[in-house]
Amino acid sequence: MGEKVYRLNARRLLCPLPVIRTQDKIRQLDPGDILNVICTDPGVLQDIPAWCRINGHAVISVKQENGDICIRVKVGHP
Amino acid sequence: MLENTSPQPAVKQRKAVALISGGLDSMLAAKVVQDQGIHVEGINFYTGFCVEGHTHAIRQKDKNKNKRNSALWVAEQLGMKLHIIDISEEYKDVVINPKHGYGQHLNPCLDCKIFMVNQAKAWVWMEENRFDFIITGEVVGQRPKSQRAATMPIIARESGIDDRLLRPLCAKHLSPSLPEREGWIDRESLFAFHGRSRKPQIELARKLGFEEFSQPAGGCCFLTDKYYSRKLADLWKARGQRKYELDDIMLLKVGRHIRPNDRFKIMVSREEGENNFMEGYRREFTTIRILSHKGPLALIDGNPNTKDLELATRIVARYSQGKAEPVISAQIDPKDDVSYVIETRPCLPDEIPGNWYI
Repeated sequence: MGEKVYRLNARRLLCPLPVIRTQDKIRQLDPGDILNVICTDPGVLQDIPAWCRINGHAVISVKQENGDICIRVKVGHP
Repeated sequence: MLENTSPQPAVKQRKAVALISGGLDSMLAAKVVQDQGIHVEGINFYTGFCVEGHTHAIRQKDKNKNKRNSALWVAEQLGMKLHIIDISEEYKDVVINPKHGYGQHLNPCLDCKIFMVNQAKAWVWMEENRFDFIITGEVVGQRPKSQRAATMPIIARESGIDDRLLRPLCAKHLSPSLPEREGWIDRESLFAFHGRSRKPQIELARKLGFEEFSQPAGGCCFLTDKYYSRKLADLWKARGQRKYELDDIMLLKVGRHIRPNDRFKIMVSREEGENNFMEGYRREFTTIRILSHKGPLALIDGNPNTKDLELATRIVARYSQGKAEPVISAQIDPKDDVSYVIETRPCLPDEIPGNWYI
């Protein structure tokens, strides 16, 4: 079965709320699923990758466009 | 004699949850327990009053400051998982009705610690009791309100965690906890730190190989800040009730807050970063923008009348590049009415009394 791709809108939220929303969403997903998190707080550039590293998930890409930051995360094994 | 060939019972891997604030003490407490072979995971609570993050994200002048989350950084240094829990909604009752009262400002430190340990206990329960005990970085005598010899048993008792609460940095001043009595933890390897001096912690940090760590002055909570607490008290007084929403406490962190009378308060942005942040609230407040000159965005909270809005415009103009001009023009966007433009004279410095600034 192919990976499922999900999207999380965390615009206007200030850290650590985007991290918390990411954490809570990933809890509902399966290993291998992809989550695209859209944020505006530049703090996520450090915080979401750090959270992923310590919790076993992988940041696949980070893109910044028109004030949005899109972080693509591959869900790891718990 | 027959040799006993039956397998030895496996030693159970003990597990603990450490309350991680991102500061030095909780980092050391977790590390000391990790070094005794315990599996430790961190838990960090978001109350809405956390100092880091927001102000750095909002203010342009802070854009070069490191925006990392200290709790995440600590977890990464210690190689442990970190669970960040949003308790901002439940936390309101702690701030509004603290059973043990406030500290120097509106900081309910003792109730806060009891609440957090209790929340950690509830989380452990939710996690099917995978953890045997809870760790905090408390030090006897370090904080006048919450970290005293007399309050340590209160926290353990009222949080419901009782003797499953281990404070490795000052354990030798306290009765042995369950992890010590059961031999999961070697009490002799724990510490007897006491008082407000930070030297023992800094020495231990160096001994454990930490060269970098966070030591926020006055802790990591806005409620310990005199000026922030004053703004929160003013908000409660103006609304006639002790309530708040998350947006209220976010806005208390930004801008100049000026209250000319009981009907309204002006929030004037101080720089571009705050301007951008406050733009997000335009639909929820009456706003004032200076048209004739460069100037800040202002949000008006309360129920101002037309005269109040003119006074507010004159005050906002004081912070614009037209402050020395005889007349400026400004656009007022009332929250529930049609926008209009006015021309008026900026306030002189002595027309804004000091006691209007909250």
